[in-house]
Amino acid sequence: MTTATTQGVDPDVLAEAVAAQIADGGRFAGLTASALAGGATAIDALVAGRAGLVRLRAQLPASHRTYPSLTPLVPAAAWYEREIHDLFGLVPVGHPRLDPLVLPLADSGSVRPRPGSPDDPGEIQPDHAALPPHVRGHGLFTLPYGPVRSGVFETVEYLLETFGEDIPHLHTRVHHKHRGIERRFGDLALADGVLLAERVEGTVSVAHASALCQAVEAIAGVEPPQPAQLLRVAHAELERIAHHLDSMVRHSEGAGQAVAFARLTTHKEKVLRLRARLCGSRFGRGVIVPGGASGPPLCPVDDFLGDLAHLSRSIASDVGALMATPSFLDRLRSTGIVSPEVAAAHGALGPVGRGSDLAEDVRVSRPYGAYRVLDVDPAPASATGDALARQQVRVHEIEASVHLVEQALHQLKGSKGPWRVEGAWTAADGSALGWAEAPQGELLYLVTMEGGRLVRVKPRTASFHNLALFSSAFRGDIFTDFAFIEASFGLSIAGVAG
Amino acid sequence: MPWITRGLRDGIVTTRYPRRPDGYGDGFRAAVRVLRSGTTDPAAGTRGAAGALARLCPTGAIVEDTDGVHLDRGRCIVCGACVAARPDRFAFVSEVETAALSRHMLVAPESDDEALARLRADLADRTRALRRSIHIRHVDAGSDGAEEWEVAALTNPVYDVARLGIFFTASPRHADLLLVTGVATAGMAEPLRRTYEAMPDPKIVLAAGTDSVSGGLVHPTYATRGSVAGVLPVDVWVPGSPPSPFSLLHGILLAMGLLPERSDRLDTRVVGQPAQDDPLTGRDRQ
Ligand code: SF4
Repeated sequence: MTTATTQGVDPDVLAEAVAAQIADGGRFAGLTASALAGGATAIDALVAGRAGLVRLRAQLPASHRTYPSLTPLVPAAAWYEREIHDLFGLVPVGHPRLDPLVLPLADSGSVRPRPGSPDDPGEIQPDHAALPPHVRGHGLFTLPYGPVRSGVFETVEYLLETFGEDIPHLHTRVHHKHRGIERRFGDLALADGVLLAERVEGTVSVAHASALCQAVEAIAGVEPPQPAQLLRVAHAELERIAHHLDSMVRHSEGAGQAVAFARLTTHKEKVLRLRARLCGSRFGRGVIVPGGASGPPLCPVDDFLGDLAHLSRSIASDVGALMATPSFLDRLRSTGIVSPEVAAAHGALGPVGRGSDLAEDVRVSRPYGAYRVLDVDPAPASATGDALARQQVRVHEIEASVHLVEQALHQLKGSKGPWRVEGAWTAADGSALGWAEAPQGELLYLVTMEGGRLVRVKPRTASFHNLALFSSAFRGDIFTDFAFIEASFGLSIAGVAG
Repeated sequence: MPWITRGLRDGIVTTRYPRRPDGYGDGFRAAVRVLRSGTTDPAAGTRGAAGALARLCPTGAIVEDTDGVHLDRGRCIVCGACVAARPDRFAFVSEVETAALSRHMLVAPESDDEALARLRADLADRTRALRRSIHIRHVDAGSDGAEEWEVAALTNPVYDVARLGIFFTASPRHADLLLVTGVATAGMAEPLRRTYEAMPDPKIVLAAGTDSVSGGLVHPTYATRGSVAGVLPVDVWVPGSPPSPFSLLHGILLAMGLLPERSDRLDTRVVGQPAQDDPLTGRDRQ
């Protein structure tokens, strides 16, 4: 099994060390910090290399509030450093634009949440004066869109800086709905921490619960029993189907394809109901527990598979028809292009990456759980980079996910368990990474436990990583394409704002 | 035009709720009920100390006192920890008519006292004009994103709320009902208040989901302020994590004054028995 390794690095040369790993063929996978005892801070840079994930850990003593920024050498680190600045008050020296991202606070003397620290920061009031003012100039407008938007959407604010109909630049503000969720893990018992993980990005609860549990299982050195592994895959793939259908629904709605919208949104409802039949929850909540799964499927597997086969034929037929409707394709083609160069430099994840020539899928590159024994059939990458390419990836993945659910449940048929690792194994100490291929792409959980308690949990969502690419997909596009580009990214703001 | 014929496939999928009962059961866990609620547990806590049953719950939804065990649905995230540990005291129910007109009703649904009658009369006064049609403005005050899926589902052909005169509107100036999802974050208090103020009178606030009702499992952190009721006056409370589309629809119909708290038009069986009347699977028509 491919694993994660940790290397200690001096903070002064962290940027160079990460850049060297990337030059060596690695993909920048994230940057995060954790408060340590005595006021010190650890900065962890993650790089996905051929031999697995590498964690480069630099330790800053309590007396140091600055470190050399990674962003000049590794531009994809820009948003991560803004987040670290918000949450820890650390200043990356040389960062080109250190605007607040998740928690606007004035720099001097504000109390910061410092996740990982046992000290309660109390209530923190965001300070909007810390946000940069809207840009105004000759012929230059800033159009705010949000934070409260038309339609049923998560809260997010887009600032469009424009000279007219073309969009030269887009700023994304997610801080309004920042919930401070990373700190909340520290208050909870392990089992409740999994419930919280399900709510970090509520539309992909299964991926989050799996990634957290896999990190915990790695710390304790246990493997869930095979039936539980298979059940995890079945739920994760149903989640992917629902998520990709949601993206299809939003595309057909935006394109005014009323019948396709009605059909696809009904299919999505049916998928959620199927999920509820299997586990009682329309979002697969409560299924994944540390060391396994909460129990057997709640409905007869044969009935379930029969209904799934019927539904997947309807979905394939309608999606096939939609993807052959010229007026629909015209809206997606050449819309929201992320060039393969931009995607590669950023390390774009999931369908956004695969639509821009980055084939990586962690179910294949770092297989976990039952993916090690099942036939995954990952989507082929496309170099087109437009919204259409991303949709084609989703079309492929919906079908492949149905096959995975079928494979997993066939093997599970008649299984009497066991469903979880028994015994007092959870009283573990240590730190590990867990991962999952969420519908939006690679999801990472960095977890530190002490005596069975979660002292630091950092979910690194694909939504956070990919949203930073959003503005580059807009260059040259007109306002009317906004909804498509957003839907084609398929991200969750909850997973970005934290 | 292939789409026209496609639109006719599968016949009518729309629920007949609330005119007729809907049997969407399929084991769906809409809420948790206390069994033998009037009896205390042998391991019940003494004054000030949480009992063994209360300690099962991660959100403090289970309360034990001298008259027995209560479950606050406004705090419950339907995680099932209590059901798994004590199936003799707790059970899932597929009862999706979970909305209530007072926060207290989520703890004691059977109480139907004068205060509630007053609440209902007051709401009826304000909503007289809304019985035929209501316009909803949704605001996410700190959701996990799943609530938005369930709210958006109301417009799909299965729930098709337009048939009941329920519409979503982009502008707060045209909205009668403010539907709020998510725990109230510090950063959303102001936008929430501004949206409310921009709405014309009379206006109704519906707290959608356990997070917006009580703060759920996410609250408290340095960035959350708990229930949306700390920011706005809430009229209708819809628990659930996330609330199902039926629960949301029940809450909206309550707001419109079209339904009593319990219409018994939705399945109220304890989970585990078969459903009979589900238009999506056509089981009622066998
Ligand atoms: S289901 Fe979970 S949240 Fe609800 S009362 Fe039981 S333990 Fe508490």
